Amino acid sequence: MPKIIYKDYQGNSKSIEVENGLSVMEGAIQNEIPGIDADCGGSMACATCHVYVDDKWFEKIPKAEDAEADMIDMAFEPKKNSRLSCQIIVDNELDGLEVTTPEKQT
Amino acid sequence: MKKTDVIIIGAGPVGLFAVHQLGIKGIKAVVIDNLDKAGGQCIELYPDKPIYDIPAVPECTGEQLTTRLLEQIKPFKTEIYLNERVDEVLQERDNWIVKTNNKKEFIAPNIIIAGGVGSFEPRKISLKEAEKLEGQSVFYSVRNKEKFKNKKIAIFGGGDSALDWALELSKYSKITLIHRRNEFRGAQHTLSELRKLEKKGKVMIRTPCQIISLDNEKELKSITIQFDDGKTEIIPTDIMLGFFGLIMKLGPIAEWGLNMDKKTIEVNPENFETNKKGIFAAGDICSYPGKLKLILSGFHEVALASVECFKRARPNEKYRFEFTTSSKTIQDRLGKK
Repeated sequence: MPKIIYKDYQGNSKSIEVENGLSVMEGAIQNEIPGIDADCGGSMACATCHVYVDDKWFEKIPKAEDAEADMIDMAFEPKKNSRLSCQIIVDNELDGLEVTTPEKQT
Repeated sequence: MKKTDVIIIGAGPVGLFAVHQLGIKGIKAVVIDNLDKAGGQCIELYPDKPIYDIPAVPECTGEQLTTRLLEQIKPFKTEIYLNERVDEVLQERDNWIVKTNNKKEFIAPNIIIAGGVGSFEPRKISLKEAEKLEGQSVFYSVRNKEKFKNKKIAIFGGGDSALDWALELSKYSKITLIHRRNEFRGAQHTLSELRKLEKKGKVMIRTPCQIISLDNEKELKSITIQFDDGKTEIIPTDIMLGFFGLIMKLGPIAEWGLNMDKKTIEVNPENFETNKKGIFAAGDICSYPGKLKLILSGFHEVALASVECFKRARPNEKYRFEFTTSSKTIQDRLGKK
């Protein structure tokens, strides 16, 4: 199973095995990773699963759709490498993906 | 204090349909919502996006759905209290007292919480100075346009609010519109109007960049923004207006003594009552085994909750199930002859 590395804003990190086909958000929720709330359950209707994708991975994952980019406008402190983790689907190619959760998800 | 049969918290589609389901049973209600208009998420998050899963309505936008629901509940002449956030819920014997942030008070035997994911509040800038200057030179909405005349105004955001106010306030103030990316999600015709004004030198547009500091002594003098390539620019500014969208906060609901599951309220799926007798929850905010966060599920939930509300509001009357197609009483209530 691919491993996803979840880091928090203070630099603490956890490596979690996430099943292929699940989203990075679902992997976080199932493993109780703090900092990912996912209030809307993955329907791109909130921005509470917002993460920063590590620069070396950002270009490798499929680009955000317009609706996702629009929603990221509403996230806490969006950056160039911001994504909604519910829209990143895990597969073997993403083994080792590193994402950082923002300081807060409100 | 206003007395009624049911206090509905939330004027989204589910709260509005609750008015209908209660109304046809002859039950009076009031609706309270934190926002300045009815419609909830349908209006705030996706007014123009089509919805495809309302039964018998192949396609309608969030705005159309809201308009039609308001039309459907017109016969009941229900009062909708907007810009009011419910802060307190207190028990008084078999009744519940609800108090809002503006000190309005209501009393009823029933409350239906159709609060979606809580209340919407504007997202604020996380810089410390912005907090200090909020209400003086940093704003997240425009209440009184007069305050914004003959000023140097920096407007942040990429949605309709940012574009609309940039255009409106450019009539009498110097506007800089700033957004974190090159694409604006607001209406394209508003954007092209602004681009025309930019060419004439009346409006400045800066993208992709974000604010890094507010420069002030007693009052705001300028702001510093940073572009994605690292370059910075100082923009003389009297007023900063931020439209970073709305965030959803559960808010005071968490303190009403209801059994919660994360940010949702646990209900009995037979009547959508919470652990408190007479307090119901429906729509996105309720949880029970198999719950789906669909508008149509919310409609079902308030239909069932309305029956229990009837029993509590009219303890001496027997509830009779009736169809709108055949019930003379219902047709009278709907004003149909």
